[in-house]
Order: sequence, then structure tokens, then C-alpha cells
Amino acid sequence: MDILRYSIYRFGTMLLTLLVVSVLVFAIINLPPGDYLSNQIAELRASGQSAGVAKAEFLRTEYALDRPVWQQYLIWMGFFPGPHGFSGMIQGNLGWSFEFDKPVSEIVGDSLWLTVLVNMAAIVFVYAMALPLGVIAAARSQTWIDYTSAFVGYLGLATPNFLLALILYYYGRKYLNIPIGGLMGPEFEGAPLSWEKIKSVMIHLIVPTIVIGTAGASAMMQRLRANMLDELGKPYVETAIAKGMAPSRMLSKYPLRVAFNPFVADIGNLLPSMVSGSVLVSVVMGLQTIGPTLLTALKTQDLFLSAFILMFVALLTLVGTMISDILLVMLDPRIRYEGREA
Amino acid sequence: MQPLLSVEDLSIGFGSGDPVVRNVSFEVQPGETLALVGESGSGKTVTCRAVLRILPKIAKIHSGKIILRTSNGEQDLSAMPERRMRTVRGDRVSMIFQEPMRSLSPLHKIGNQVSEVLWLHRGQNESQAKKTVLETFERVGFPDPERAYRSYPFEMSGGMRQRAMIAMAMVAKPDLLIADEPTTALDVTTQAQVLGLMKDLQRDTGMAMILVTHDLGVVANMAEQVVVMHKGRVMESGSAEAILRAPAHPYTKQLFDAAPSVPDPVEDAQLPAQEDLILNLKSVNKTYTLRSSSPWKPETLIRACRGVDLALPRGKTLAVVGESGSGKTTAARIALGAEPPDPGGEVWFKPTPDSAPIAVHAMDRTARTAFQRDAQMVFQDPYSSLSPRMRILDAMTEPLEIHQIGNRAEQKEKAASMLRLVGLNPDMLLRFPHAFSGGQRQRLSIARAMMLDPSLIVCDEPTSALDVSVQEQILTLLEEIRDRKGLSYLFISHDLAVVARIADEVAVMRQGLVVEQAPPETLFFNPKHPYTKALIAAQPTPDIDRPINLKLVAQGAGSPDSWSEQFRFTQSVIPSLVELEPGHKVRCHV
Repeated sequence: MDILRYSIYRFGTMLLTLLVVSVLVFAIINLPPGDYLSNQIAELRASGQSAGVAKAEFLRTEYALDRPVWQQYLIWMGFFPGPHGFSGMIQGNLGWSFEFDKPVSEIVGDSLWLTVLVNMAAIVFVYAMALPLGVIAAARSQTWIDYTSAFVGYLGLATPNFLLALILYYYGRKYLNIPIGGLMGPEFEGAPLSWEKIKSVMIHLIVPTIVIGTAGASAMMQRLRANMLDELGKPYVETAIAKGMAPSRMLSKYPLRVAFNPFVADIGNLLPSMVSGSVLVSVVMGLQTIGPTLLTALKTQDLFLSAFILMFVALLTLVGTMISDILLVMLDPRIRYEGREA
Repeated sequence: MQPLLSVEDLSIGFGSGDPVVRNVSFEVQPGETLALVGESGSGKTVTCRAVLRILPKIAKIHSGKIILRTSNGEQDLSAMPERRMRTVRGDRVSMIFQEPMRSLSPLHKIGNQVSEVLWLHRGQNESQAKKTVLETFERVGFPDPERAYRSYPFEMSGGMRQRAMIAMAMVAKPDLLIADEPTTALDVTTQAQVLGLMKDLQRDTGMAMILVTHDLGVVANMAEQVVVMHKGRVMESGSAEAILRAPAHPYTKQLFDAAPSVPDPVEDAQLPAQEDLILNLKSVNKTYTLRSSSPWKPETLIRACRGVDLALPRGKTLAVVGESGSGKTTAARIALGAEPPDPGGEVWFKPTPDSAPIAVHAMDRTARTAFQRDAQMVFQDPYSSLSPRMRILDAMTEPLEIHQIGNRAEQKEKAASMLRLVGLNPDMLLRFPHAFSGGQRQRLSIARAMMLDPSLIVCDEPTSALDVSVQEQILTLLEEIRDRKGLSYLFISHDLAVVARIADEVAVMRQGLVVEQAPPETLFFNPKHPYTKALIAAQPTPDIDRPINLKLVAQGAGSPDSWSEQFRFTQSVIPSLVELEPGHKVRCHV
């Protein structure tokens, strides 16, 4: 019951944080002078195309860009009536992209879910690799297992992701016939969901998952190893051995449980670093994720598109931290009972 | 009768270095307690861990045999394969460790951790094991076994956790229990109760016990056989009776002389002169608020100090004695200005006999700097109170640099002279702290506190982390310096025997209140308050004819509502501190 109450409380604080983040996002995007339309108007004026200017001026009033920034923000969020009444984020209208001349929802559409998919796969990969390797490296510290995993780990950390991508694509194609580029076969793009489409996505996911996840996995493995080594020296481990427990069961029941905390707490940090870190990789690998779009939107000061994408990344992060906080409370009675002590 | 355990010619080394245990042999008879006595570094802990083979990885058993004779027949533990060793651990031979705070996993319920022994060795399922575990919990003195079963270790006090450890060690009814300093980390009254419990359990179950300890007082109360170890060798062994009455080996004698003991009563106690008070605490209260778990519940108030009045005459030592949580450290922190008292409390400090007293908690910046020069502190743990990355010279001259006193050469000269004062060689100035033993480090802390020529030193349990023989030396040093430099000490301790030696006046604290205050002679000769009586009774002494009086301990150390009418205090009614005879104050209704 406590956990449910805490989860509701934590969800509430997340919504509040998201509101603050939206202000910050909007403010940051408006910090550089000018906006997409005023840049365009200046350009059109310089080349003497007055018809275009009129259209751009029309768009400016249409999207309320001629109003003060605080009003723009409220209109964008949907707290304040714009030229067409209440029509903002909370009403489900994500805005208009000037660069692509389409509604934002149409541009991001599929790529949102593919972003979530790629990053989730990468996180699962990170944990699936780091957990067993970190534990084994700690339990067999200063043996060849430890040294080998550390070596491979540092190699993974040090190799630039795009290089790793190229190498994996080359050898994957050569020996395993893994397709190059993209997240699905071209014939499935825009096609309705089918078993064949899912299979295609799964095969295309293999290389991106490894590329995006490797650095995170090696860093986390090293961290888990260090945590485990700390815990292994503690008296309660000795107590467990003196009880007559077998090493494998003892390791997983006692020190791993304690060393696991920072591991869980990292979920929240992992998400944003993966989304922003995978922009370059997505460009190189031709992944239809949100990263490349964000890059274009920011370069061209495409206000609503970049604001929405940044909000989305923030949402992923906040959801990640919320999940890790709730997991921590479930895992660690000391956090759960905080304040009850004494 | 065949011994239960024979250790024959055991030698253990770390890596390729000299052995840390050399040719140790002893036997444990069924149902008997053997005490392994020695100071840190004597090899006693390594020896007892070798029995269960839970040594650090680099430790190697060079030679020797460890034979265990149980209902399973004769087994050589030193040659047993690891897998079979696991069936011995926790089942036939179990172990209790020193630090109850850290020896239990913080993330698992007590019930789970204790039942695990039965799951492992008896193949029982959870509900079968629970019954036995609850019985054991009741036996080790948990008032509500069901609740203890569901609790996490951090919800329990140190004494309760050690009871849980004992329950874990006892639940499989072992033939041999190894207890490695089981009560060293506990308060003296809790120690007395835990030792009493272990003795009772032993009588009930007929198990044998190896008790590893540095405290001859504990030995006198518990053991039938004694093995005295020093630098890895057995110095002397035999029956407790023989060794405690007439130690033969010089090292054993030395241990005896160093052991602090409750002094023999002296009739006429003198009162310290009261005119020139260097430090004066007047009605100091301190209340901490604990944030509650939910915003709807009220906050918990913790009253760490309640109406504490303490006066320290110049050149004297005032000791504050109490268990953890009694408020003694809070009082010291307030006296040093590290924390403000609740409004209404006053702390006055008089740097020299002629100067006007200054209020410690109403000082401006310059007065505070001057005060910090006059009042210094010596901390409890000499291992963590010196920065491992600073040379001794830098650690010692830092106070001078902060207060901008002297040039580099003068500072160095001062540091050298202070080292000589505490009995160390000035050549050691360029070393790092790790090159020093615990006792030497505590000398260094004292030397550092002396660098600014203070007039008041607050000693926060300065000897409780040290071996007995070193403790003795540090106390002697503190006394010498006090008399030579005319210092005044506020001495915080949980150990009455240590205090008896150095203090001119003792204040006993319990739950934030001073319950009795008197010169030590009066206090020991004529204790009035049940809590003081319990503290004195709980002090283990190396005198075999003076066992711990558990009845007195239980009466006094229990909750204050269980004290007799005259002393009882409740939430609303607290008796005041009454001067029964000159210089002897007791908190009671007259």
C-alpha cells in the first residue's frame, strides 16, 4: 500500500517537474535571436520576393509568433487561447513544423516509437551484459576473467560508436547476412503492423542495440564490479559464509542485493545520454529515430518541432528516474522506512 | 573424555611474510568455555577464523591440524574440502562477530536471515523453520518474537542485533560457538546482559564456546579455560581460576596491570574547588526534531540534553559518563560551541583566571577565533581523525597556519617540541599517519590538540578504540600533560573504570539527564542512583570472585519507569537533581 501511495506521489511530482521543464525548454529555444519565420522573411526581403514575405507574415500571426514570448509559451502549452482558441500540447496539438511544412505529429509519428524501441533495446542490452559480467569480475577479481572483461570493457568505452557501427555492419553483412542501415526493410515503411514487419525490425535492431549499448554496458559493468568488491569486504558477507552458504547463492542473495542499488538508480541517467548520444549513430546508421530530426530542427530554429522533441526527451528521462525511484523503494527497506527509524 | 575440538601446532601466514600465528595448540572440552585473550595483532582472531576456515584469501595455513569430534565422528577441519566444510559451518560450529551493526545484511528481514540456517542445514521450508526461529528468539530475549521476525536490522538497537546474531548462531544447536569479541561494540550494561545470556544458553544446550576477547574482565566472568596470545604465540594457557589468581607469564601480568578496574572505595572524597570555573554550562537543553515519514504524522522530538548544568574548575577533569544516546557527546559539542543549545541555555568560558567569562554561543568572529585557540578536542578514533594524505608535520602545523602564528621554522620547532611532549620522536614529523600504531596516532592527536596551547581540552572517548595496555599509557600521558600545562579536561566516556582514574568529578547521564554527579570515590563507594549502580555492577573486572551482578544491571539499566518510586521519571514528572551530601548530587525525590 505504501508503495502505491509513493508511486502516486512520485507521479505527481513528475508532472510538476515536466511543467517546469517545459518552461525551460521554451525559454532555451527562444534564447538565440530570431525565429524560423523572421529568418525567412529577412532572406525573402533580401532577394525581393514580396509574395513569400506576405505568406510568412501570415504564418507569424497564425502561430502567434508576433506576441510576447510568455504568451507564445502559454498558447503552445494550451493554457491560453491562441488565434484558433485553445489548441496546444495538452489538447494534443503538437504544432506546425515550418521547415518540413507539415504538422509536427506527422513528422515525428513513427520515429517516436522507434526511438523508444531502440533505446529500450539498448538498455536491456546494457543490463543483460553488465549484470553477469560485473558480478563475475568481482567474484573472481584479479584473475584472467576479471582482466579480460576489463580489457573488453575499456575497448568498448574507447571505440567511437560510429566506427563500431561501420565495423559491425561490414562483418555482420559478410558473415551473418545482417541488413545494413535503417530499422526495417524499405518495403515495410509506412506499412501496417504485421508479423513480417516485426521480424524485420528485430533483425535490423541487432547492430544499433550493440552500438548504442556497448559504452554504457562497459561503464556500468565496471561500476557494478567496484560496488560488489566494496560489499564483499563487509562483515555480513562473512556472516553468510559462516552460516555455510554456497558461494553462488551467497553472492546473489547478499552483496548483489546491496550493490544493485546504484545500478537501478542509473536507469534515469541512462535514457537521456542514450538519446542524445545516439544522434550521430542514427545519422551514420540511417536509423529513423528522432535524433536526426532534432538536429535539423535545432539548426533551422524550427520552434515547435524542436520544442516538442526536447519535451519528449525530457519525458523519457523523467519517466526513467520515476521508475528507478519506485524500484529503489521496493528494493531497499532502508529507503522505504526512512523517517521511521529511531 | 575426548576434547570436542583440538587445535594442534597451528601456524598461519599472510602471503610470504612471517607467520602471524605460530605453533598454537589448545583443546576445547564439550560444554566448556575457552577464552582466547590478546591485544590487537596477537593472532587471536585469525586463529578462531581458521577453525571455520573463513580466513582472508592471502592467508595460508602452513601447518597444523584442527580436529572436531562430534556425533558425525572425527573430522579434520584443516584438510576438509570446501564443499564439506559448508556442512560444518553454521551447523556444528557457528560464529558470532564483533560488529552487530554490520554483521547482518541491511536489506533482509531478521527472520529470513536466521531461518536461512535451518533451510541450509535441515532442509526445512519457511513455515517449519519459523517455529524453531520464534522459539529461539524468545529464548534470546526478544520481547515480541513475531515482530523481531519481521524486522529489519536497522530497526533494532545494537544489543538487540547482537541477540539476533546469537539466535542465528544458536538456532541449529551447534556443538561449538565461536564468539569473536561479541560485546566489544556494545555499551557496558548491554554487554553484561549479552554475556549473561550467552552463559545461560550454554548451560541449557551444553555447547562449548571459544570466546575471543581483549578484556580480562570478560574472561573472569565467562571462561573455564584461558589461552593468552601475544604476537602469534601462546604465552600461557590453563584454567581461568589458576591464571586469573596467579598469572605466571610476565605478559599476562602486564595485561592485568593495564586493565582498568573499579577502584576500591575510599572514605573521604575531596570536593574540587569551585571558585574559578573555566567552563560552565547552565541549564542547557537540546532538542532535535526528526522528520516524520508522512506529512500528516507529528514530528518526533528527541531531547538529547535536558537541563544539563556542568561546572569545570580550572585545572581539573570533569567526566561525563553514559551509554550511547545518553546525550554526553551532544553536551560536549555544545560546550565547544559546535552546536547551539536551545534558547535559555548558557555556556560560559573563562580563558584565564583573571579574564571575564565569555558566552560561547554569543561570540563575534574575533572572539570565536580566540576561543577556538583556547579550546581543543581529542577524538575517539585515531585512525580516521588524521588525514591519510597529510604528513604529520603538515597535520600538526595546520592549526598554527589557520591562526597565522609564527613562521614556518617556528611552527616546525613547535611541532617537534609537542611530539617530544607526547613521547614521540621529532624525526617522525615527515611520516604519514599509516606508519603509526593506534596508540601512537592517539598521541599525535593529542600533540595536535596541544599545538595552540589551549587551556581546555574536550576528550571524546580518547581511549575506547585502543588496546588495554595502550589505553593505560594514553591515560597516563593525559594526566601528565594536564598537570604540567595546567589544562582542564572535559572527558567524555562510556567506561566508568577509565573515568575513575582520571576524573575529579563524574556526571552520569541517562536519556539526556544527569542522574548522579559526584567525585569518583564517592560515586563508587556510595552510588545512590540505580543506573549508576547498574553501570558499576556491569563493569567486568578481572577479579574472578567479583562476577557481574546481573540483577543490579537489569534493575538500573532498564527503562526509567522500572526504577523504584524514589528515582522514577515519566514523561511529565522528572525528579530534580538533589545534593544529598556535599558534592554528591542525585536525581531523586526526597
